[in-house]
Amino acid sequence: MSEELYKQMAQSIIDGDSDLSVELAKKAIEINMHPLEAITKGFVVGVNYIGDQFGLGEAFLPELVMAGEAMKAAVATLEPELMKLGEARETLGRVVLATVEGDIHEIGKTLVGTMLSASGFEVTDLGVDQPAEKIIGKALEIDAQIIGMSALLTTTMVRQREVIEELDKEGLRPRIKVMVGGAPITRDWFQKIKADGYSEDAVGAVKVAKELVGKADS
Amino acid sequence: MSHKNIKTISNPKLKLEILTKEDVQKIHDATLQIIEKVGVRFPSKRALEIWEANGADVNYEKRIVRVKPQIIEDALKKAPPAYKLAARDPQQDLQLDGNHVHLGTDGCGVEVIDIETKEKRTSCLQDVRDIARIADATEEVAFHWVPVSAQDTPVEARGLHEVKAVWESSTKHVQTESIYNVEEAKAAIEMAALLAGGKDKLRERPILSLMQCTAPPLGHDGGSLDAALLAAEVGIPTGFMTMSACLTTGPATMAGTLAVGNAEVISATALLQLAYPGAPVFYAAAQTASDLRTGAYTGGGPEDFLFGAATNVLSDFYNVPLSMGAFATGAKDPNWQAGVEGALSSFMASLVMSDMLLGCGFLHGSRIWSYAEMMMDCEIFSIVHKMMSGIEVNDETLALEAIASVGPGGHYLAQKHTKNHMRELFIPQFLDRRPYSEWETKKDDARDWALNKARKLLKEHQPDPLDEKISKEMDRIIKSVEKQ
Repeated sequence: MSEELYKQMAQSIIDGDSDLSVELAKKAIEINMHPLEAITKGFVVGVNYIGDQFGLGEAFLPELVMAGEAMKAAVATLEPELMKLGEARETLGRVVLATVEGDIHEIGKTLVGTMLSASGFEVTDLGVDQPAEKIIGKALEIDAQIIGMSALLTTTMVRQREVIEELDKEGLRPRIKVMVGGAPITRDWFQKIKADGYSEDAVGAVKVAKELVGKADS
Repeated sequence: MSHKNIKTISNPKLKLEILTKEDVQKIHDATLQIIEKVGVRFPSKRALEIWEANGADVNYEKRIVRVKPQIIEDALKKAPPAYKLAARDPQQDLQLDGNHVHLGTDGCGVEVIDIETKEKRTSCLQDVRDIARIADATEEVAFHWVPVSAQDTPVEARGLHEVKAVWESSTKHVQTESIYNVEEAKAAIEMAALLAGGKDKLRERPILSLMQCTAPPLGHDGGSLDAALLAAEVGIPTGFMTMSACLTTGPATMAGTLAVGNAEVISATALLQLAYPGAPVFYAAAQTASDLRTGAYTGGGPEDFLFGAATNVLSDFYNVPLSMGAFATGAKDPNWQAGVEGALSSFMASLVMSDMLLGCGFLHGSRIWSYAEMMMDCEIFSIVHKMMSGIEVNDETLALEAIASVGPGGHYLAQKHTKNHMRELFIPQFLDRRPYSEWETKKDDARDWALNKARKLLKEHQPDPLDEKISKEMDRIIKSVEKQ
């Protein structure tokens, strides 16, 4: 019975079917399946499969994103049960994401958020046009290991440096690591502002984040 | 009309039918439905108030506007179908009248492959000057965008340093895509008025035009809207560019992406017409398909080429000029890919007579400027220019006399007819037609020749300088914007 349900769970993620993954999560609760078992033996198997297929060039980004969203929906359904049991899902780390002040472009950042949460990070996405104090304040509030910042304009990317300088001033690094991204962000810029991580796309960002929390894929 | 040192495509002999009348009507209807039912985000107090005053349904909290089709259609009818972009040298004024394709430089990149060292580095103000000066020297480039970001200037006045640098380095028209807030827009207008000889003169001779990016899907940037409204008020031609991309900021289907981008562009264009009826506006676009594997934007590929041809059909439908993104490439080096993408995109956009064709010079999704790429893109434009003139058929070109005089066998090299017409054939600068053995000893190619040409132009070309008094006065305006 459980085996069959695990399979369906994995498949719902592979199909990127959020409605079905939520339904299966509810079913797991009904039959008193342990929420962690549902996640690790069911849903995560699907995420890993899609990830592998993507790595092989067989799956494409939209499939990865849909799988990520289906996973997020299933986990959100199971989380209250976990809380009741006084347990928490082990995550790879907590991440605060934001587009910097003066900048309203967020698609890349949102994509990074989906990929990170699908990979097991706990992601708090503050949205766009976020000043340094808000980003840092949220990171402290949730005890984040990583701050991820996006900028699309050459005139706003300087804000990434301001956040890093502020963190340094407060002595918050290396406790909090900083990842930067966005169309104008180059390796030179990343090095110049002394950020900890940088990637040109969302899939690469997951790899960088894992390295930053010391959980790199072997 | 002939221009001083500007090669422009006109009186085309080639045609392309990419969308039928019914297709265009369907895209238009879908667009109106999107604007009325889904709405478009206008995060500017001023814009929202204009919309409300004109009968739109305005949600101030979400800053989303929903507009009845009639309001949009009536507003668009007020846009002038043709006007000119003025240049510092009036002999280089550009007509936007549907019968010209003018090439511009691309923008706005963040890195440059150094013209001397060939190393990639962060872009600076001197690069803006150098690129503009080389563009001024070429006959292919008819107008400028700000090619790269002057990252060594203060952010709050960067856009002003950039336009001034281009004006000082060239007599050709400047269109900036890098001024997107009220403070800089006000100062830029003041600078343009100074150069034109007053605000009234500026309206007559818009020596500056403004391009604003939309924020797809279905949104705008507040600063861009406010800057565009200021420009429209003084008669500076202003366009909104959608870079809607299949998969990410647009639907996976091309028609859907055209409709989403169209909703962004025509809603903002209508706003300008509601505020300042008759203000010169243009349609601008550089749609593409995001990469299926990474979601990345680089531009290039068959979707780009089709979008390039389809968009002018839309701008013609609205009877406004078009500024069309072409030459986009994901290539990291001026290579096979850059050539394929540059040639096909510029050819398709030219076939439909896109008024402004953007733009030469970039690699890696408009991020890295390459002088070699710039020169080779110019040659691609020259090839397209030649192709657009088609094949002329008349008694003279049928050459019956020469054919009779040569007869079977023999050759045409010594014919007077040949002498009269040989220079109509394309004379390449960078296509390799040498003997194999010559290549074998030198092992050089188009990239080397193109770079050398850029170096030569930079060394030798001195454009008419800008009046020093005007330069100094511009400095004063820029200083007033810079934070102390």
